Amino acid sequence: MNEETNTSGEISALLPASFQAWFAARGWTPRPHQIDLLTRTREGRSVLLIAPTGAGKTLAGFLPSLTDLAGRKRPKPGERRRGVHTLYISPLKALAVDIQRNLSQPVGEMGLDIRIETRTGDTPSHKRQRQKHLPPDILLTTPEQLALLIASPDAERFFADLKYIVLDELHSLVTSKRGQLLALGLARLRRLAPETTSIGLSATVAEPEALRRWLVAQDRPGTMADVVTVAGGAKPEITILETDERVPWSGHSARYAIPAVYEAIKRHRMTLLFVNTRSQAELLFRELWHINEENLAIALHHGSLDVGQRRRVEKAMETNSLSAIVATSTLDLGIDWGDVDLVVHVGAPKGASRLAQRIGRSNHRMDEPSRAILVPANRFEVMECRAALEANYLGAQDTPPLGEGALDVLAQHIWGRACAGPFDEDEFYAEVVSAEPYAGLDRATFGRVVEFVATGGYALKTYERYARIRRTKDGLWRISHPSVAQQYRLNVGTIIEAPMLAVRLVRRRGSLGSSRGGKMLGQVEKYFLESLAPGDTFLFSGRVLRFEGIRENECFVTSAAGQDAMVPSYEGGKFPLSTYLAKEVRGMLADPARWRALPEPVADWLRIQQEKSILPQEKDLLVETFPQADRFYMVAYPFEGRLAHQTLGMLLTRRLERAGARPLGFVATDYSLAIWSLGDMGGMIRRGELPLSRLFDEDMLGDDLETWLADSWLLKRTFRSCAVISGLIEKRHPGREKTGRQVTVSADLIYDVLRGHEPDHILLQATWRDAATGLLDIARLGEMLSRTRGRIVHKDLEQISPLAVPVMLEIGKEPVAGSANESLLGEAAETLIEEAMGSA
Amino acid sequence: MNVMSRIDVVPRTAEITVAGECAVCDPSGALFLPADGLLVVSDLHLEKGSSYARRGSFLPPYDTLATLHRLGAVIAHYRPSMVVSLGDSFHDGGGAGRMPEAFREHLLGLMSGREWFWVAGNHDPAPPEGLPGRWIDELALGSLVFRHEPTSGVEGEIAGHLHPGARIVRRGRSVRRACFACDGSRLIMPAFGSLTGALNVLDRAFAGLFLHEALTAYMMGKDRVYPISADLLRPA
Repeated sequence: MNEETNTSGEISALLPASFQAWFAARGWTPRPHQIDLLTRTREGRSVLLIAPTGAGKTLAGFLPSLTDLAGRKRPKPGERRRGVHTLYISPLKALAVDIQRNLSQPVGEMGLDIRIETRTGDTPSHKRQRQKHLPPDILLTTPEQLALLIASPDAERFFADLKYIVLDELHSLVTSKRGQLLALGLARLRRLAPETTSIGLSATVAEPEALRRWLVAQDRPGTMADVVTVAGGAKPEITILETDERVPWSGHSARYAIPAVYEAIKRHRMTLLFVNTRSQAELLFRELWHINEENLAIALHHGSLDVGQRRRVEKAMETNSLSAIVATSTLDLGIDWGDVDLVVHVGAPKGASRLAQRIGRSNHRMDEPSRAILVPANRFEVMECRAALEANYLGAQDTPPLGEGALDVLAQHIWGRACAGPFDEDEFYAEVVSAEPYAGLDRATFGRVVEFVATGGYALKTYERYARIRRTKDGLWRISHPSVAQQYRLNVGTIIEAPMLAVRLVRRRGSLGSSRGGKMLGQVEKYFLESLAPGDTFLFSGRVLRFEGIRENECFVTSAAGQDAMVPSYEGGKFPLSTYLAKEVRGMLADPARWRALPEPVADWLRIQQEKSILPQEKDLLVETFPQADRFYMVAYPFEGRLAHQTLGMLLTRRLERAGARPLGFVATDYSLAIWSLGDMGGMIRRGELPLSRLFDEDMLGDDLETWLADSWLLKRTFRSCAVISGLIEKRHPGREKTGRQVTVSADLIYDVLRGHEPDHILLQATWRDAATGLLDIARLGEMLSRTRGRIVHKDLEQISPLAVPVMLEIGKEPVAGSANESLLGEAAETLIEEAMGSA
Repeated sequence: MNVMSRIDVVPRTAEITVAGECAVCDPSGALFLPADGLLVVSDLHLEKGSSYARRGSFLPPYDTLATLHRLGAVIAHYRPSMVVSLGDSFHDGGGAGRMPEAFREHLLGLMSGREWFWVAGNHDPAPPEGLPGRWIDELALGSLVFRHEPTSGVEGEIAGHLHPGARIVRRGRSVRRACFACDGSRLIMPAFGSLTGALNVLDRAFAGLFLHEALTAYMMGKDRVYPISADLLRPA
């Protein structure tokens, strides 16, 4: 689409005089994409607007409803009260609040009589009540709030007059279960208000067709919304950080680059520093303050910090009183943030589209180029950054494919539907499959999910008399008791967070008994805190803290300023290497001509690898074997991301065990996988006792996977979230948990019982599907195994190769994956026996 | 000696002494007293699933069956002449009445040919509807006394109620298991029921029950009991 000027005739036909005057007063003319979108929606067509940040996306999205509302007649006395006219949905509460501010300004200046209100989890209940009786013209809200609204008995009246649905940041919403719930909500809205038009706002994506289908009813398969695309503004100026320091072999801290990063901050007005994990954010923040001789205002922002602290940072950012902010993905979405003139990205960019998003943050004026610096933390990341950089110029971006709709989400939606009023199963099925993620859902499975909502859907039917919903004589499903609706409202939503503990900073060390009060620093994952012993120090909230102990739902810490953090901090947010970047990195490895773009030490490293071992061709899988100390190692380089490698490691060790290689453990990184054993794997391969084609055969994804998974914590963790989303077990509400004895039954125990007695239960099927796509990345592993069939290159070495160094350095740093719990117990018991026997 | 052969000689059960009496902790969570041919299980919480279902949480209706299967296996192994179910045998007072007929038959099969004691618990303060067996508040046997809730200051008490569990941390990883908790003069049994959770033995609820230095948590592994001394245990 070209940005041509609109003819004034076109504009005056579409835009009321007050709007034209408003644009003119600012010396603006409506942009062609704004007019294009307006024209199409006027014809009742749903539209996907794809535009880079700063292109006036929000105004474009609201022009159809604002102009329509402006031309609306005042209600006559005695006329029925009107419902909501426009519904705006964003993934972030903060974004809804922001939009309200941005919209109120033009609406006020044009003197339009339009009521704009937000409704989020923070909206007080009296205001919610009022909104139900007196709906605003434009309601700005989140997917969870929409689910609650449509599950209410007055949804029909509330949404009867709905004309427009504006879906912001659609590209980031649609890939999650949240997006699936939203898709079902959208299908519901289309029934309640058949005249509704959907407008999706999205950043650039690789496959807009998926989003276009998502926006409209799939009554005829493949139906798509229109699309309006705004070409990107000026090309960003992206460079890879240049320093004289050597890039380290492994690790994620990027310590080597801190001085150079600090220099860059000094040269700019405001710098945003992005990292992939919270622990990286903490570390970078601390290192920068270590050398902050000029006392620049450098702040920290990530999702685990106390809300008050985050708000202060955001405020300071709006008023441009900061020099730099170290942040994680919490700042990831299109919020307008002051005058950022430089973006620094530390660590691997993990996927080109994420990178483009982040670069887009820098400098919101479309026609000026953004400046960004990439800082790789280790040598493989250098290659990844290089690949991402080339990808960005090529515009080749990838978002994860939209998944098939999950059954636990569907169960939640069915439950909500029943709360709104009686429904006919067939009619409702037709509605559900009109939502894009559920277009392929068969009628029988739908029926099973309805049964699940009603009585748990067990083969052994003993819960009929306790049914949550019942089919009455007229053939309609109804809730059996008002408490069912109440229970639904407490359990709505698809975001299942890892159990967190509040971190409280207290004065006194040692005793927990007297610790009262103290400052709240934020929330940290329980599993991390549980691995600490009193006296351990770790980084959080920008300080070094000493762990004192856990009591109930709080973790007590004292300040350990001046000490080093002993425990490498918790993870939080890891993104797998994207398929696209993985391919690029493999390509780069195979092509010495491309090494010229790499820093000298890195290119050198590859040259030595070529000399001492080999570098695989782009489509090959290199497997090296070598002895080291008293162990034998096998290192494979699939470049498929840590999750897929972990799954591969699990399956390979099982096979090696059977082959008599006596494997002891493995460790996986984003790029490679190392397995160590007592048996000489290299020798076994050489002698033909361990054919690699057998070892890496795709059939490992059959029985082996099944047996391993049955007991795996991965599957249990997935089951827990499916059980909560589907309503089998109740969501925990922070602050409302009972202490001491657990009120909720542990999901692990439920899993064991269910697997033992009804292994094909619908919820176990849902769990399996989730795990396969999520934590295990099985699809990706399968593609890799099939791609490399007949292309496995084995190199038997006398000693470790240069390429193997990074993964070997991870050994000992990472806990060894697998079900090692039993052996840990054995060790602990051993300690006791040794004590008792008086041995050293 | 290599690792495998060392594991082979490790017994799967743990022998303990409570107030001078010998007992065997089985990894299933049952306790066996060879001298009396007595098997003790605690907190079966039968029909917990249906108890939750009444309130709209449809836990799998197989918990009773799963518990009975395990109980059957351990009875088949020790062939006890006496069985004591140490209270909270049913999750609520109506549990026995709600139990599907097939499960009841299964339970009756396990009970037949041996003496069976139902000890009163807080979840089931009245005898189970329509089931044989003797209903008692507590049982004294030699120097031991069996009751549901532990009382302080009693030597030789074997109780349940608290669902003890323990946690250790090794190499940055936390392992949590149900356990037998014993200091030589008192033993608290783990919960046997398939949907029963555990409460850390270092929780306040256990305060005053054990001599801390003498406390050992017999943590239950897959097919082994691991004795862990108090100084290795972690709270919560």
